[in-house]
Amino acid sequence: MSSSDKNVTQSITQVIAASSLGTLIEWYDFYIFGSLAVIIGQQLFPSDAGASALINTLAIFAAGFIVRPFGALVFGRLGDLIGRKYTFLLTLVLMGGSTFLIGLIPSYSSIGYAAPILVLILRLVQGLALGGEYGGAATYVAEHAPVGKRGFFTSWIQTTATLGLFLSLGIIVLTKNTIGAEAFADWGWRIPFLVSILLVGVSIYIRMKMHESPVFTKLKSEGKISSNPLKESFQKKANFKMVLLALFGATMGQGVIWYTGQFYAQSFLENTCKLDFNESRYVLLWAILFATPFFVVFGSWSDKVGRKWIMLVGMLLGVICYRPIYQYFIDATNVKELEKTELLTSSVPVVERGLVSGKQDSLITTTTLKTLNNGMTFKEAKVVIIPEDVLVPVKEETVIKDVTLSGSTYVTIIFLVFFQVLLVTMVYGPIAAFLVELFPTQIRYTSMSLPYHIGNGVFGGLVPFIATLVASFSGSTPLSGLWYPIGIAALSFVIGAIYIDNKGDSNVMD
Amino acid sequence: MSGLKKILGLLWMLLAPVIILFLFMQAIDKIAGAAEGIARTNTTLQWSIIILIFIPICAGLAIFGFYAWKGEYDHLPESSADLE
Repeated sequence: MSSSDKNVTQSITQVIAASSLGTLIEWYDFYIFGSLAVIIGQQLFPSDAGASALINTLAIFAAGFIVRPFGALVFGRLGDLIGRKYTFLLTLVLMGGSTFLIGLIPSYSSIGYAAPILVLILRLVQGLALGGEYGGAATYVAEHAPVGKRGFFTSWIQTTATLGLFLSLGIIVLTKNTIGAEAFADWGWRIPFLVSILLVGVSIYIRMKMHESPVFTKLKSEGKISSNPLKESFQKKANFKMVLLALFGATMGQGVIWYTGQFYAQSFLENTCKLDFNESRYVLLWAILFATPFFVVFGSWSDKVGRKWIMLVGMLLGVICYRPIYQYFIDATNVKELEKTELLTSSVPVVERGLVSGKQDSLITTTTLKTLNNGMTFKEAKVVIIPEDVLVPVKEETVIKDVTLSGSTYVTIIFLVFFQVLLVTMVYGPIAAFLVELFPTQIRYTSMSLPYHIGNGVFGGLVPFIATLVASFSGSTPLSGLWYPIGIAALSFVIGAIYIDNKGDSNVMD
Repeated sequence: MSGLKKILGLLWMLLAPVIILFLFMQAIDKIAGAAEGIARTNTTLQWSIIILIFIPICAGLAIFGFYAWKGEYDHLPESSADLE
């Protein structure tokens, strides 16, 4: 390796580190709100329903799905007008500042409805900032990367969404274990939000020392910067048709594959298969740990074989494999069926008596811990509700919960979630390079950000909601919810296979 | 391949209004099925947001189909100069 090559590698390493760190922190900020939504709801929203429920819904639902594409437009435009460096510095400050402020908002009992309204405003700012961040980071790294290594270098940015999830879970668990569950629910939940300011401070310091993208600087010195990137991106047919192609042929399918593998799988294991709270998270964490390096593997491979088919094969495998994988999840955790032939021990039942929350009806819960021959355990709770009104019939229900896995079942389920995350790395690893190469420098930030955030924020972000909704239709099965990601991924595969060219424009200097 | 791209363009144009119609029908069904009070208000709010989001996306799908039908994707640009 020559000295100039070494300098380039060293320089691009610094660019990737600075960009990735900031993006990782933004994802961390975004995830902690979701992870702590229940506690935030108890502290900052009134306990009765009414207007608070509406604001809660808007804060958690709308900010995540609607605002990100708007952030992409607002900051994308800024990035194409004033430069990449200052724009994604701004998104970092907005994200970090709003996260820090959420940690400082007095509770509902102190300031009333001002608390949930302030949360809503800050959550909207978070969504906007995230919408502006990714496009900037991907564009910045890609415009520094040498030809032939753009997929490899930008794939490091792609790992940050996954690592941000790791960091948020890690800091939340660490804080909770250190100060105790009660103190955490009372005031400790603010710590992960306040910690954000330190992380953001470090990231801003690093980013301040970075230089503007050489491609943008050249364009600026030549006076070729777009005067109206929004107009050029969306009113000029030649560009707009590529924005639509990027959305329907790539990011739409990529978004549903991502959210199915990294979010719906865990939710399905916990809520449908009744896996223990920690067990379902450990499965995901192991899967993510083993799969994360493949973002870089597929990003790098896309430099050699092209971006298109790696992404599309990831989508196709999702379409083919999702239903058998989730059917296995159901079969392997069907403890009521396994109990018939495999029951090893059954504990002495524990009886708890109390009242139904907010009512005078008696509640008797009899819980038995059962162990199967293969090492799996689960709790069987028989719940009896005796109404205060003697005329109302007694209700009885048997509930299975806290299923823990063992042996080959545990390994197989980790492998199957790993496989889903592997598909995520296939569709997500090359996508930044693919999008960057699709658009010219003058409008790149604006043009690539919008399809990315519609694909991920809307199509991907709605996977848990729509899948759960479809599964609740009359006549549906637990697997019916998968038709949403399967249908979207299949549509995106067809459009991508027919309309996208595997030979992208490798020159991003124009 | 160009012929296929054009024919499928018609399909995308048709698919867009079908999706919007399906969403409206689902919204009406789910809102009517929700319990009175805040649950119904929340369901209405959620479905309103979904429909508001998907209307422009479906419009985009229809435009994509129109471009495909018109042959705009028969030859993709190979450099930024082609986008001028």
